[in-house]
Amino acid sequence: MQVTMTVNGREVSGDVEPRTLLVHFIRENLRLTGTHVGCETSYCGACTIQVDGNAVKSCTMLAVQADGATVKTVEGLADGDQLHAVQEGFWERHGLQCGYCTPGMLMSAASLLEQNASPSEDEIRHAIEGNLCRCTGYHNIVRSIEYAAAKLRGEEPAPPDWTLDFEGVS
Amino acid sequence: MTTSVSAMGGIVRRKEDPALIAGRGQYVDDIRLNGEAVMAFVRSPFAHARINSIDTAAAESMPGVLAVYTIEDVRDLGPVLAQVPVGVLRPLLADGAVHHVGEAVAAVVAENSYVARDAADSVMVDYDPLPAVVDMKAAVTGTDRAHEGAESNVLVTWFSHDWWPGVFELEDHRPAIAEAKQRDDVVVVSQEMLNQRLIPTAIEPRAVLADWNHGYDRVKLWSSTQMPHALAGAVAKTFGLPSNEVHVVAPEVGGGFGAKLNIYPDEILTVFASKDLNRPVRWTETRRESAFSTIQGRGWVATATITGTRDGEILGYELDGIADMGAYSQNFTVAIPVLGLFVAQGQYDIPLAWQVACVQTNTQTTDAYRGAGRPEASYYIERIIDMYAAEIGMDPTEVRRKNFFKKEDFPATTAIGLTMDSGDYETNLDTLIADVDYAGLRSMQAAAREEGRYIGIGVGTYVEVCGFAPSVLAEFGFGWDAYGMPTSFSGSGLVRINPDGSATVIIGTGPSGQGHQTTWAQVVSDRLGIDFDNVRVTHGNTAESPTGVGTFGSRSAAVDGAATYEAAEKVSKKAADIVAHMLEASADDIRFADGGAHVAGSPGHKVTWAEIAEVAYKPHKGPEGFEAGLEAHAVFSPGNATWPFGSHLAVVEVDPETGNVEILRYVGVDDCGNRINPMIVDGQIHGGIAQGIGQAMFEEAIYDEDGNLLTGSLIDYPIPTAGDLPAFELGWTNTPTDVNPMGVKGIGEAGTIGSAQTIVNAVVDAVSPFGVKHIDMPLRPKRVWDAIQKARG
Amino acid sequence: MYPRSFEYVAAASLDEALSALADNPGAKVMTGGMSLIPLMKLRLFSPSLVVDIGRVPGLDAIDDSGDQLAIGALVRHAATASSDAVKSGAAALAQAAALTGDVQVRNRGTTCGAIAHADIAADQTAAVLALGATMVAKSTSGEREIAAADFFVDTLTSALEPDEILVEVRVPKTGAGSGSAYGKLGRRGGQSDYAVAGAAAVVTMDGGNVAAASVALTGVGTKPTLAAGVAEALVGTDGSAEAVAGAAGRATEGVTVLEDLYGSEEYKSHLAQVYAARAINAAIAAAT
Repeated sequence: MQVTMTVNGREVSGDVEPRTLLVHFIRENLRLTGTHVGCETSYCGACTIQVDGNAVKSCTMLAVQADGATVKTVEGLADGDQLHAVQEGFWERHGLQCGYCTPGMLMSAASLLEQNASPSEDEIRHAIEGNLCRCTGYHNIVRSIEYAAAKLRGEEPAPPDWTLDFEGVS
Repeated sequence: MTTSVSAMGGIVRRKEDPALIAGRGQYVDDIRLNGEAVMAFVRSPFAHARINSIDTAAAESMPGVLAVYTIEDVRDLGPVLAQVPVGVLRPLLADGAVHHVGEAVAAVVAENSYVARDAADSVMVDYDPLPAVVDMKAAVTGTDRAHEGAESNVLVTWFSHDWWPGVFELEDHRPAIAEAKQRDDVVVVSQEMLNQRLIPTAIEPRAVLADWNHGYDRVKLWSSTQMPHALAGAVAKTFGLPSNEVHVVAPEVGGGFGAKLNIYPDEILTVFASKDLNRPVRWTETRRESAFSTIQGRGWVATATITGTRDGEILGYELDGIADMGAYSQNFTVAIPVLGLFVAQGQYDIPLAWQVACVQTNTQTTDAYRGAGRPEASYYIERIIDMYAAEIGMDPTEVRRKNFFKKEDFPATTAIGLTMDSGDYETNLDTLIADVDYAGLRSMQAAAREEGRYIGIGVGTYVEVCGFAPSVLAEFGFGWDAYGMPTSFSGSGLVRINPDGSATVIIGTGPSGQGHQTTWAQVVSDRLGIDFDNVRVTHGNTAESPTGVGTFGSRSAAVDGAATYEAAEKVSKKAADIVAHMLEASADDIRFADGGAHVAGSPGHKVTWAEIAEVAYKPHKGPEGFEAGLEAHAVFSPGNATWPFGSHLAVVEVDPETGNVEILRYVGVDDCGNRINPMIVDGQIHGGIAQGIGQAMFEEAIYDEDGNLLTGSLIDYPIPTAGDLPAFELGWTNTPTDVNPMGVKGIGEAGTIGSAQTIVNAVVDAVSPFGVKHIDMPLRPKRVWDAIQKARG
Repeated sequence: MYPRSFEYVAAASLDEALSALADNPGAKVMTGGMSLIPLMKLRLFSPSLVVDIGRVPGLDAIDDSGDQLAIGALVRHAATASSDAVKSGAAALAQAAALTGDVQVRNRGTTCGAIAHADIAADQTAAVLALGATMVAKSTSGEREIAAADFFVDTLTSALEPDEILVEVRVPKTGAGSGSAYGKLGRRGGQSDYAVAGAAAVVTMDGGNVAAASVALTGVGTKPTLAAGVAEALVGTDGSAEAVAGAAGRATEGVTVLEDLYGSEEYKSHLAQVYAARAINAAIAAAT
């Protein structure tokens, strides 16, 4: 079947089987490989993208369901060279290690901040419950999102909370 | 603007991140080659069965199917190579019988993943089920065998007093402990505890892509592996190639945690298929498949016993346990308990009598999962110490303090003959106690109990062993000879100054998120005064990098990092001669800083790295007779392992009505010696703690009596989410090591080794008013509630 | 990860969807796909035809007709959870929707889809039972109404015929003096994930006494169930903590409690009482 959608501002189309998952259309047909696959039960969230402005799991959508939709993936998050605040936050506050969950985590974080400019730590933690990370223990992800929220509000982010007081020996 | 970053304590944003946050990281499954085909597996529904026949006709006739392979096609290649080949090695595909649910029986190669799956589903296999050995204890005592014809399911039993006969002459502490038990003034506290089986669950499933080039009889292999060089060695050995004709690339690797530290059949079979079909062949694991195609971890049941006086002096610690190896031996399998033995006595200077039997069962293989033996060992001693403290009515921190190795004992010799490099356990625990106001916490707990709230405080300490050494351990079976790569526990680093003055650093590690590009650039930037942004670090590519054994056992900074440090020293020595010539000064007076070099005491008398490099590559401009070029390689073989340690504390609240546990606070004070980048160190600790909490509270691989895995998807195998965890509070102490020139230890596994027992200690403390003394992990609400009911009677 | 092949139709109208279902015995209707697609990826379920009603206009509204809310087939969990009308008129349903899945699932999955899927551990099923909702099912042969109490037949089985679509759930609004609430113990502890046990309660207070009550359970049995004994015991009491606890003791009367990975029969029976009591107490608090 022929599908056409707008992905990261560009109209794209392709011929797919009905069973083709949206994430496979994005990765294989469009070769946008930032959107990852980590499970098949809609739990890990590595495949999170925005469809018509909402965070969804692209492994639990058929490509044909997205026909005519507006899709944003992690590759469309930055504005040219200007990182999105959540990308900046994750870089500044060590919100990623292996990076595999990161694209989905960024998309969920960006969606949260579009709806709630000043989320509490608890709200952040519950907002990313659909995104599993096995590396960070989420601590620095939460701090990264707080950083981004402050930036988007035009405020100075809180200083990092890692063990900075180390003196060193060299 | 030139910025050199301090190698020690410098916080700098990671070099890895710009690509990863943009979705431009390249993991194996992101790579596509022209003409690529896809592999899928037919997997066994039985835990133990004879295979009567495999009918591949329907699959072979499906459009888009290129080949269907069974063991008949690949038997000549031999089994999957194992580093410690004790036990039955895994055949590439089931050979006449299957020995765990999910074992690969046939491999299909097709034009795409959807067709490959369709075809795999149409392969018909006729099985005759055999009795399955699933339970660890039944494996020891029962008559059924996991492998047909085996005399016993027990592969080996490790004893603390003769774990390496002929190398260590050790005292057997059993008689002394037995004698102590007879004393009138002692208590004996004993508890059987399960350290449940876990599924590692890196968020990136494994993937492999093989491209055999018949023109050169050479293969290039991309794999999500933690040990690219060992994989190259194993592929070379399996296919009869010299290892330089096997080029392995581990690109971005999406988490490993030990599970990507094995040679896997898919890595061999994709190479075989690529050679056979003359096309690149890829396999990408699915999450559900991962429970069968990637190793699992832990799976011990053991009885821990402390014999001690009523005033807290421990006279003996015994552990009698069984460890579940699963069906086949892969990388380290039977040696994992030995890593536990290395830290069996924890931070305590006490007599030790430890034995663990390794049994084969009809379940997925177990191997290294974050901590690998050490979380198990730490869990047992730290739980039984808490039970002993409760029994004698002493504060658990006091009992620990009383039995610690003292600062002045270091370097300290353990009961099994190993030497711990450095330690100051008391200062570390004191720091934790001061940071949290321990006495205040206990008062808060008492006040809460008055209000009918069940708050618990748990403390756990640990000592870890990382950067395994010395080299002679290779002869114990910890080398890579079995992979056709006869090496030992060395690390390597190559530092190259390019003609434009930039630096390239190439290392033999296989990171999966640990930030090696950043950390190594800090080391080199610091040693050479070169702009941090001008240092590029590459790894995971066997055609480029010096031989390395990969990333595991929290070894990379302490071993490969030290090698890179020494390589940078070599470069600076040669560069000093060049600069001395350029500035007409003495080489001894040359200092490297701020993007170049200057003469000590006269910072204005300087040259840039670009200027130094130009001279280095134009010998006519340099000192008489020097060798052009500016690069150095160093191999570092540490004389000992490093022994980090720490103390953790958790505050939890239990709802006795439901058994629900809420973690109110989690505090860790870790000592890994000097910290190169404290930000990255913190991140490693956070993640480690989260995985330990995952074991303590949520995760368990559960097999039914027929050997079916009941928890094979993330629906039933719940790893922690952000909503399940608190923010972590970290402190630190610093006891450097003299084992390596940077004084760094290791931190990758520490959080996991320290946390599970801390949580369980806290939860048991919370429900101790009901009379509960122990609860087995994971502390799902039902278990906590059941324990309360049982204790109430 | 890779579903078997199937035919697909994106229905432009309800009639087109109903005809497709009527003409194809192996067909399955899909709204959000949150339950269906994972099953298809695991190849546990493989319909020959997927009838996608996601584009059918007019099914995505929550209509407030004064004493009743009508929740259309395409209303997402997120919309149910955040709707002021649902929060005030059927609080238990809004709370249950907010505790369904995670953000991404709530953005895609539908309230009607979750109800039609009839998972034994779902959240909104208990809420619609307690609230006394009516399910509106349509097929080519017409429309019929099914009381919530008759809708949940067994594990993953509802009263819907294969050619029927759940087009709307009609939920009576709780009025003055009434309140409703939902709560659960989730599989990972707290309220996260599927329910180990959960309960929804609707209580009407009159002159300091319980005038009417309805309680429903999820997670504990083969299907979401009304706890009629609890309601019966509660009515006429003063709604005190003791009265509630006493009534909740009857939570599993007539329920076949199932042991699973998350709890024994004994534990789940106990949790049923605990969460019934907690939901009732919250409903009483909301009513007064």
